[in-house]
Amino acid sequence: MTEMSGADMVVQALVDLGVDTVFGYPGGAVLPIYDALFNHPTIRHILVRHEQAATHAAEGYARATGKPGVVLVTSGPGATNAVTGITDALLDSIPMVVLTGQVPTTLIGTDAFQECDTVGITRHCTKHNYLVMDPDRLGPIIHEAFHIATHGRPGPVVIDIPKNVQVATGTYSVPELIEHQSYRPQVEPDADAIADAIALIAAAERPIFYTGGGVINAGPDASAALRQLVGLTGAPITSTLMGLGAFPSDDPKWLGMLGMHGTYESNMAMNRADLIIAVGARFDDRVTGRLDAFAPHAKKIHIDIDRSSINKIVPVDVAVLGDAGRALDALIGAWQDKGHKARDLGEWWRRIDGWRATRCLDFPEKKESGAEIMPQRAVKALFEATRGRDPIITTEVGQHQMWAAQHFGFSAPNRWLTSGGLGTMGYGFPAAVGAQVARPDRLVICIAGEASLQMNIQEMGTVSQHRLPVKIFILNNEWMGMVRQWQELTYESRYSNSYSDSLPDFVKLAEAYGWTGLRIDTLGELEDGIRTMIDTPGPVIVDCRVAKLANCFPMIPSGAAHTEMILQPSDVIGTMDDEAKALV
Amino acid sequence: MKITTEAGERHVLAITVDNEAGVLAKITGLFTARGYNIESLTVADITADHALSRITIVTSGPPPVIDQIIAQLDRLVPVHKVIDLADQGAHVEREIALVKVAGTGEKRIEALRLADVFRAKVVDTTLTSFVFEITGNSDKVDRFIALMRECGLVEVGRTGIVAISRGPEAV
Ligand SMILES: Cc1ncc(C[n+]2csc(CCOP(=O)(O)OP(=O)(O)O)c2C)c(N)n1
Ligand SMILES: [Mg+2]
Repeated sequence: MTEMSGADMVVQALVDLGVDTVFGYPGGAVLPIYDALFNHPTIRHILVRHEQAATHAAEGYARATGKPGVVLVTSGPGATNAVTGITDALLDSIPMVVLTGQVPTTLIGTDAFQECDTVGITRHCTKHNYLVMDPDRLGPIIHEAFHIATHGRPGPVVIDIPKNVQVATGTYSVPELIEHQSYRPQVEPDADAIADAIALIAAAERPIFYTGGGVINAGPDASAALRQLVGLTGAPITSTLMGLGAFPSDDPKWLGMLGMHGTYESNMAMNRADLIIAVGARFDDRVTGRLDAFAPHAKKIHIDIDRSSINKIVPVDVAVLGDAGRALDALIGAWQDKGHKARDLGEWWRRIDGWRATRCLDFPEKKESGAEIMPQRAVKALFEATRGRDPIITTEVGQHQMWAAQHFGFSAPNRWLTSGGLGTMGYGFPAAVGAQVARPDRLVICIAGEASLQMNIQEMGTVSQHRLPVKIFILNNEWMGMVRQWQELTYESRYSNSYSDSLPDFVKLAEAYGWTGLRIDTLGELEDGIRTMIDTPGPVIVDCRVAKLANCFPMIPSGAAHTEMILQPSDVIGTMDDEAKALV
Repeated sequence: MKITTEAGERHVLAITVDNEAGVLAKITGLFTARGYNIESLTVADITADHALSRITIVTSGPPPVIDQIIAQLDRLVPVHKVIDLADQGAHVEREIALVKVAGTGEKRIEALRLADVFRAKVVDTTLTSFVFEITGNSDKVDRFIALMRECGLVEVGRTGIVAISRGPEAV
C-alpha cells in the first residue's frame, strides 16, 4: 500500500505479474508509462514499427511460451492499429493484455486530439475490456485483466488508461484472491460426462480423435495426456490447423490435418467414423465442410472449456466442459479404472490404410537440378534440414501456410504459430519476432508468401534493432496464390488483382536493413540455400522462387462434403454455382 | 440465390449483470453481431448497493439458437447469470404503457370507458386529452392501444417486458 503515480502502478503491476517483455510503440497518451519504463531493469520493451505488429508479436510470444503477451500502445491511431491483432487473438484464443493510452478523463467525449472510443471499438473483439478512471483501480484491474486473459478460454483483454490517470497518484493494491465475481469458467470436468465419454470410446469400432488449439492452450501436459490416451485406445488422430504439434506427426496413428486442405485419410475417416472425440476444437467451417454431410455416422464427444463452443455448429452426444488437459487426464484415469483394453481396430485401420494409399499429399515435380522448385518440395526440404533443431515455425496466410501445415512435421506443441481463425496476412513475420524474443536461442523461421510478408515488412527494422536472428523463408510465387487458386476454381481464371506486381528485390531489401539476403531459383540450389540460411548468424531473408501456378491440394471446395475432395488439378471444373460462390 | 432465415419460438431471458458502463452495449452488441433477435429489452439495477442490474430480453429462435444465445451471454465476463424463464415453469410478464389520446365528445367518453374495462389508470387529464397508464402482458397492452386508435390516440410510450418466475423460489 504505497502512494505512487498511475504510470508507476502500471509498471509495478507488470513486474508483480512476472512480465519480462512488452511489445509497443510510444505516443502522447502513454508517455508517462514510457517514462516509468525508461531503463527498466527487468522489463524489456520491444519497439516495433507498427502497432499491428506489436499485437502479433505478443501473440507469437504467447504461443511460443504459454504466457500472456503484453502490448503497450498510444491512444487513437495506436489503439486502432492494434485492433487486427486483438481480433486475431480473440479468434485463436491467445492470451494477451493490451494497454492503451487514452486522452485525459476531462477530455473524453470531446473529439480531443488522438481520441477514439477504444473500449467501444474493442468491445466485441476482446474477451473483456476496461476504461480505468481512477488510479486506485489500476492495480486490481491489471491483475484481474491478466487473470481473465489466461483463465478459461484465453483471449485478449484491453485496458484503456487516460493520461491523467497515469499521472495522478494513488494507492497501488493487489487483489488478494483473484477470483472474478462472475467469470468462473469450469475447469474440472464432470465425472458423469467422463464416464459417458469413456463408455462411448470403449464401445467404438471406428473412433477418431479430432483435436484443436485448445490442447495447445491447455499446456504441454495436455499434449502428453493426449498422446497417452491415443496410445491406450489405439485410435487414429487428426487435428485442426491450430492444433498441430500436440501429437507427433511421425506417429503411425497421426492422419495429418483435416478440413479444407487436410488429408484425404483424415477427412474420409471423419466421414466414416462411428465416434469422434473432439478435444479443444470448435467445428469451424474450414473443418466440417458441408454441415449436413459432416460425420453422418458418428456419435460425438466434445471436450471444451467454452460452453458456447459446444453444440454451436454440430450437436454432440456427450459434452465435457472443462480444461482439455484435466479432461484428458480424467479420461485416462477412467479408462484405466474400468480396466478397458484397446479394442481390435484392425478393420478400421485397414480402411484408413486404403485412403492413405491415395498419397494425397504427393505432387508432380521435375527432378533435374535446373528445374523450378515446387513449393511443397521447398517446405519438405526446410523440414528435413531443420530436423533435430526443434525449430519454431510461423506462417503468413495463403497457399504457403497450407503447404507448411501439410508438409512440415511437428512433434511438440508451441512450435507452430499461424493465424487460423482470422487468417491474418501480416501475422507471421511479427509473430516470429515475438517468438524469437521469447526464445532467443531457438531457430525461428517464418514461412511467408511474398504478398503477406509485405503487410508487416517494416518489422525488419525491429529485428535489426533488437538483434533477433529471425529467418524469413519466402515461397515466392509472384501471386497471391490462394486468391489466384480460388479465381481459377470459381471464376474461370479471371485473375482480378491477384498478381504480386512490383515486388521489391528482397535480397537488396535485406541488405538495406543489415540482414543477409539469399535467393534460391532452382531445385539444385534449394538444399544449399536452406543450409546457408540456417548457418548464417543473424536475420536472413530467403527469396525462394517457386512454381508460380501451383495449387494447393487436396482441397474440399467451400460447401462440399468431406468425401468430395479435389485431389489433383485435373479434378478442377473452374466454375461454381452461386450457393458455393457465396461461401468463404 | 435467395437468403433464408429460420423462424423460432419466443423466449424471455433474465440476465443478471454487473451494473457498470458498457455492459448493455456488450450485450446488445452480441445480439447484433451474431444475428440474434431482440424483441424487447428492459434494464434496471436491482440491488441496494446498485452493484447488479437485471436485463430482461425477449428473443426468438429455434431451440439450438436459444441455447447458443444463453451460452454466449453466459461467457461474457460481467454476466453473472442467464435464465431462460421458459425453462423455469410458469412465469409472469408485465409491461407498462403510457397512452395519450386526444379528443372531445363521444370519443373521449368511449376512451374512458375502455380504459376502465382494461383497468388502465388516468394519470393526466386536460379538457381535450387523457394519458392512461396500462399494465399487463404485451397482448393486453397491444389490444388496448389498438382500441385507442379509434379513440384519438396521439402517442404511446412502452417500457418493454419485465418477467419473473411464479412460486416462492428465486431462480
Ligand atoms: C489481411 C488480409 N487481407 C486479405 C486476405 C485474403 N487473402 C488470403 S490468402 C491471400 C494471398 C496471400 O498471398 P501470399 O502471401 O503471396 O501467399 P500465397 O497464397 O501466394 O502462398 C489473400 C489476399 C487475408 N487473408 N488477410
Ligand atoms: Mg504468393
